Amino acid sequence: MKSTGILFGRLMRHILRSPDTIITVAITPIAIMLMFVYVFGGAMKSSLGDNVNYVNYQLPGVLLMAIASGIAYTAVRMYGDKTQGMFSRFNSMPIRRSSVLWAHVLTSLAANMITIALIFLVALLLGFRSSAGILSWLAVAGILLLFTLALTWVAVIPGLKAKSMDGASAFSYPLIFLPFLSSAFVPAKTMPVGLRAFAEHQPATSIVDTLRALLNCEPVGNGIWVALAWCVGISAVAWFFAMRAYRRVK
Amino acid sequence: MMENAISVKGLTKSFKDVEVLKGVDFEVRRGEIFALLGSNGAGKTTTVNILATLLRQSGGVASVCGFDVEKQPDEVRKSISMTGQFAAVDGILTGRENLILIARLRGVENPAKLADDLLDQFSLTDAANKRAATYSGGMARRLDIAMSLVGAPKVIFLDEPTTGLDPEGRQEVWKTIKALAKGGTTIMLTTQYLEEAEQLAGRIAILHDGRIIANGTLAELKKLFPPAKVEYVEKQPSLEEIFLAIIGQKESA
Repeated sequence: MKSTGILFGRLMRHILRSPDTIITVAITPIAIMLMFVYVFGGAMKSSLGDNVNYVNYQLPGVLLMAIASGIAYTAVRMYGDKTQGMFSRFNSMPIRRSSVLWAHVLTSLAANMITIALIFLVALLLGFRSSAGILSWLAVAGILLLFTLALTWVAVIPGLKAKSMDGASAFSYPLIFLPFLSSAFVPAKTMPVGLRAFAEHQPATSIVDTLRALLNCEPVGNGIWVALAWCVGISAVAWFFAMRAYRRVK
Repeated sequence: MMENAISVKGLTKSFKDVEVLKGVDFEVRRGEIFALLGSNGAGKTTTVNILATLLRQSGGVASVCGFDVEKQPDEVRKSISMTGQFAAVDGILTGRENLILIARLRGVENPAKLADDLLDQFSLTDAANKRAATYSGGMARRLDIAMSLVGAPKVIFLDEPTTGLDPEGRQEVWKTIKALAKGGTTIMLTTQYLEEAEQLAGRIAILHDGRIIANGTLAELKKLFPPAKVEYVEKQPSLEEIFLAIIGQKESA
């Protein structure tokens, strides 16, 4: 536990010393948010209805995109530690082997939460409003954390196995685009049949719908369980392969 | 009882169907500098990684400071420090912060004071508060070795400590290693530079094709070399010639 804390401090110092990582991660989703709100927002409003706050509507999808691009840096940090021999250094020291891995996972969670807070602030400036109670907010935070954790375990695998820095981060591109093929920006029912079937059954849709419902004080229905099942399921599968890759790291 | 700092018997290691170590035996006495000499791919790094508990052997027994590397890895890790093939320093942290990080992980009392002492000992005080990424190759390697000294380990592994350094950097690191050995630390280093083994090591083992094919002091190794040339030429064989001769014999046998 103690060594996990020390190593977590080390990685957080990395992030604070290169704040561009947080800004770079936040800037693309923020740009996309601006584009959707100001370019497509008017058209969306006329099709979704005047009572819909489109800033609220698209925010969950933007958050998922931010997390998907944020975890690419988790993979890059791990790749760096592997290639620079830091794993060998730590793993030949009298500290728990798992503490090195957990330090990376905790750093990923913390860094992504900072990015998310930043995006919430920008959304607030654009007109995001929510009257959600404390429990709903806790649920929102919990789902975002679980989703980050799930994708972090996914990121550990290329972080440990990739042969190049680009290879370590390339896996995140399809994940970043996943929200476009979901209900994040337009209702899935407006899509052609095949795409709609994909959109309705991929994790981003259930997570986006649940977050949107929580923030808009609407009933979440069974969607929240589907969302949680996706997060836990992805975590469990990715964790298994991540641990297998970590055991092979020298 | 514990005359040997490192003891290796019949060590084998295979990666899939490739047999890298085919039965390696050697011993390293306490306080000596021992060099494992061999060309690329001879199995030097594999041997060191097994001894440093980073890799499991396929067969044989290895112990460090009396602890079995397979059965008591935690005890082994408390006794050793490993400096890998590339300087494993955190480039984003300063030299001082790198040392403090390792000191805190090893639970050393007063990490800041230890860091300052080591920076001084390794002539890094002027660069103490600069990021390690800005260091020259020689400086980074010195910091790397300084980090390995934190917690005063009994045995230090140096895997190709001067690979990739310019001649000046190499001289700096050699000086450091010689100073370390005077302090009584057991040092096992691997190298592909014959001159390096000759310069530093009290004893040299030659690892070739997964086996130790010669082991002894430089003087002993020189005796192995049969003076085949005309007698009246006064020419001491260099270690390079010894090495090539032994390999040649093995391969033609």
